[in-house]
Amino acid sequence: MTTFGWPEFMFLVRATGWTLLLTAIAFVLGGIAGGALAIMRLSSRAALRRIATVYILVIQSVPVLMVLFMSYYGLALAGFELPPLLAASISLGIYVSAYLAEIWRGSIEAVPFQQWEASASLALTRAQQYRYVILPQAIRISLPPTVGFLVQLVKNTSIVSVVGFVELSRAGQLVNNATFQPFAIFGVVAALYFVICFPLSRLSRHLEKVLHVSRGH
Amino acid sequence: MQFQFDPVFAEMDLIVDGIVLTVLLSAGAIVFGSILATVLAALRSLGGRGARLFVDCYVELLRNTPFLVQLFMIFFGLPMLGLRLSGTQAALLAMVLNLSAYSTEIIRAGVEATHKSQIEAGMSLALTRLQVFRYVVLQPAFAKVWPALSSQFVLMLLASSICSFISVQELSGAAAIIEQRTFRSFETYIIATLIYLVLALALKVFLLWLGRRLFPQVSGLERVDARAEAA
Repeated sequence: MTTFGWPEFMFLVRATGWTLLLTAIAFVLGGIAGGALAIMRLSSRAALRRIATVYILVIQSVPVLMVLFMSYYGLALAGFELPPLLAASISLGIYVSAYLAEIWRGSIEAVPFQQWEASASLALTRAQQYRYVILPQAIRISLPPTVGFLVQLVKNTSIVSVVGFVELSRAGQLVNNATFQPFAIFGVVAALYFVICFPLSRLSRHLEKVLHVSRGH
Repeated sequence: MQFQFDPVFAEMDLIVDGIVLTVLLSAGAIVFGSILATVLAALRSLGGRGARLFVDCYVELLRNTPFLVQLFMIFFGLPMLGLRLSGTQAALLAMVLNLSAYSTEIIRAGVEATHKSQIEAGMSLALTRLQVFRYVVLQPAFAKVWPALSSQFVLMLLASSICSFISVQELSGAAAIIEQRTFRSFETYIIATLIYLVLALALKVFLLWLGRRLFPQVSGLERVDARAEAA
C-alpha cells in the first residue's frame, strides 16, 4: 500500500495537463461546429434553421454522459478505431457545439437589427455583413457567456473516463485505488479543478461588468 | 451492421426501475436543493459579513468543481469521517448540495434586482425584516428568475446520470448493467438517451406550466417588459 505523496501529486498535476488539452481540443472542435450551427439557426432557409434547432434541442436535453457513449459507440460501429484522446475530444465537441451555438445565436441576435439594415443598404452580401459588421459586435457580446461555458466544459471533461481517457478525475480515482486516502486525494483533485475554474468564472463576471458599462453610453 | 433491440427490451424492468430512481433523485434534489438555496440566499442578504462570506465560499467552491468530484468526495470521503452513506444517499446529497449552490446564485441575482423603494415600502407597513424578505423580496425574485432556475433543474436531471459512476442504478446505471449483460452497447445507450430526452422535455414543459401557475401576475408583467425592450 502506497501513501499519497509527491509522485502521486505530480501524477495528478500531469493529468491536469491532459484535462486542459482535452478542454482546448473540444472547445476548438465544438466552436467550429457551434459557429456553423449558430449561423444555420439564423439562416433564411427554413430547412437549415430546423436542422440546427432540432440538433441543439436534442443535445441540450440529453446528458453529456449519453452524448459520450452514443458518439463513442456510434463511431466504433461506423468502423472508426479512435485513440481515447480523439474519441473523447470529438464526443465533448458534439456537446460543446450545441451549447456554443445557442450562446452565439443569442449574441448575434443581440446586435441591433439596424446594423443589418445599414450594412444591407451599403450593398454588402450576407457573408460581408457577418464578417465586417455583425460578428465583430456579436463576439464582444458573446465573451462573458462563452468564458462561463468554458468553466462548464472543464468540469464536464471529468466524465470522459468512460471512453478510456485518463484525465484529472480518472487519475484521482487511480491514485485513490492505490492509496485509499479519498479525502486527501479528491480534495487535491477538487483544488486543481478550482484553480482552473475559479479564475475563469471571475473573468466571465469581470467581462460582463466591463461590457455592461460600455453599453450604457 | 445489424441492430438487436430485443435483448435490451428483455431487461425492461431494470430500465423502469432506473427511470423511477432518476425521477426520484431529481425531484428530491430540486425540492431540497431549492429549499436550501432559499435559506442560503436569505442568510446572505439578511445575515452579517460572516454569513455572506460563508455563503459566497460555499457557492464558489461547489460551482467551480465538477459534480463527479463532489460525488466521490461524499461517497468515498465521508466514510473516513465516520459517515457511511449508501450510493443512492450519497447521490441525493451530492445533487442537493450541487443544485443548491447554483440556485443560490440565481436567486441572489433576483433578490438583488429588488428595488430599494419596495423594501422601504414594506418596512413602512411595519413588517419585520424577515417578513419583508419573504413577501416583498423573495416572491418577486423567484418569479423573475424562474426561467433560469428551470434550466438549472433540467441540467440537474441530466447530471444525475453521473451518479452511475458510484454504481447507483438510476437510468444510466441500469443502462451500464444491461450493456454488460447483453453486449448491445449502441442499442442500450440509444434507448437510454431517448428516455432522457423524453424526461428532460417533460420536465421543461412541467416547469413552464408550474411557472405560469405559481406566478400568473408576474408572467403578464414580464410580457409587458419584453415588449418594452423590443420597442
